[in-house]
Amino acid sequence: MIRKMNHPAWFFTPYVLLFVLFIVIPVLMAIGLSFTYFNTIETPEYVGLRNYIELITRDEVFMQYVLPNTIKFAFIVGPVGYFFSFLLAWILAQIPHKPRTIFAIILYSPSMTAGVAMAVLWKVIFSGDRSGYINAMLLDWGFVQEPIQFLTSPDYLMNIMIIVSLWTSMGVGFLAMLAGILGIDQSLYEAAYMDGLKNRWQEIFYITIPSMKPQMLFGAVMAVVGTFSVGAIGVQLSGNNPTPQYAGQLMVNHIEDFGFIRYLMGYASAVSVILLIIIYAISKGTFSILGERN
Amino acid sequence: MSKFSGMKINPKKFHRSQLKFYFVLVPMTAFFGLPILFIFSHAFKPRNELYAFPPRFLVRRPTFQNFRDLAELASNGGVPFSRYVFNSIVVAVLGVMLSILVTSLAAYGLSKLHFRGKKLLFEINTLALMFVPIAVTIPRYITIARLGLIDSYMALILPLIALPVGLFLVKQFIDQTPNELIESAKIDGASEMEIFLKVIVPVIMPALATVAILSFQILWNDPIGPNLFIDDEAMKTLPFYFNTLVMQQGGAPANTPAGQGMLAAAGLIMFVPSLILFIFLQSKVINTMAHSGIN
Repeated sequence: MIRKMNHPAWFFTPYVLLFVLFIVIPVLMAIGLSFTYFNTIETPEYVGLRNYIELITRDEVFMQYVLPNTIKFAFIVGPVGYFFSFLLAWILAQIPHKPRTIFAIILYSPSMTAGVAMAVLWKVIFSGDRSGYINAMLLDWGFVQEPIQFLTSPDYLMNIMIIVSLWTSMGVGFLAMLAGILGIDQSLYEAAYMDGLKNRWQEIFYITIPSMKPQMLFGAVMAVVGTFSVGAIGVQLSGNNPTPQYAGQLMVNHIEDFGFIRYLMGYASAVSVILLIIIYAISKGTFSILGERN
Repeated sequence: MSKFSGMKINPKKFHRSQLKFYFVLVPMTAFFGLPILFIFSHAFKPRNELYAFPPRFLVRRPTFQNFRDLAELASNGGVPFSRYVFNSIVVAVLGVMLSILVTSLAAYGLSKLHFRGKKLLFEINTLALMFVPIAVTIPRYITIARLGLIDSYMALILPLIALPVGLFLVKQFIDQTPNELIESAKIDGASEMEIFLKVIVPVIMPALATVAILSFQILWNDPIGPNLFIDDEAMKTLPFYFNTLVMQQGGAPANTPAGQGMLAAAGLIMFVPSLILFIFLQSKVINTMAHSGIN
């Protein structure tokens, strides 16, 4: 049997089949459903662009909270996380192998925490009574008289979500950039210094970044995707969907809210489509910015 | 001539000039590492330490009580804790193996074979790197229901097998293997599948290890599958069970020390397997990532 397997179909069929079934078809279906009214019980009813129109003109929660929240969250967590991924990767490349490995494992670890580990950890640290670690410290040092309701107060929730997300942002993109920096041919640096490169800043901008552009791009895509797919945090931290006064409501939560709490699947699909379009647009935008540097 | 300093990248041993990097690294690592340390410490705290005031960061008298409580609570719910563990392990192990197989086969096809639509397939896959699974939860549910997969392990495994980022990384890695290896095997009369299994697989182990880690994390932590695609309680996995615990304990007043201890134990159970896997495979992962570029 194996002796005769020469046709390329043997190789790509299983992947293509699963890829089409669980990625392509669902995306197309989401697009299709977004033009319908669908409550999961009756068959979907075609309503044209009504969902999109309502989303933009009628859905005050979306325009007032969800969209601005998502943009704020993404535009801080994405670039800052990306910057630190590069910075830390670059610093790690300056130290010997053994300590580097240990530091890399610690930095990467948070990106492996998910669900319950995250919820417990940050809930205890930011707990709204005296037993919360941050509150205990603030009380102890006399900064506050009363414990702050970090997780249920709209003033704090978003900022805590940003901190927690940054904490998890040293993921695959970070590893890729570390590998990229380590993989740069040493003779490139030698030649550049011969040609008059003066300091390490010039070294970073003229040699390191251009030589690892492919990894920079990969890291950028991972940063964008990572930022938009963590939506669960706000709900997990506050224990509620919707989050208190929609302070931590992101697009992913809005989809869940309408799709699985209110069973308005057509409407939720419209939000999904918008989300996919935003991610695509931002990734492309990032590509062209990074591309121009060269 | 200015002093050549490029050799400072990837140094062989410690030098005083590296100290400045440690000054940045140590506080940064504390920010990333202390919460991790806390996950470990908190899970082993006895009740009186969980709710002590002022709270203590590190455990003083470690105990397994939280883990025992957790197992006991599950058994009272009708499904023994071991059943969730078993389901989770089956899904993760089967899923990782399938993912490695399916992804590496496709990667070899994309890298070394010739067929129509190959370029298009790779481009669509690169586009799918930007795909966010949560956005299509609803259609995925419909697809799985139509396929009759509800309440089967396959409902938890199949949607997570085709991993665009995995295919991407393995394909880039195979691109680096010299064609001479393949040519000489062909002269010996080997079929493409034999070449793949005997020549390619042994040299792309680092890339496969990377796929293993990525897919393990996704399968092991997936809360959506067991929540939506599985109705039978006895088929659900750990993330589902732990999420219901979080929700039960979620309301502020229910945040009892006992509940918190169990959740901390649950958190540790979810985290440790990924961590161990990564520690064992990290050098291979970094090796793969060197080829991870998007051109």
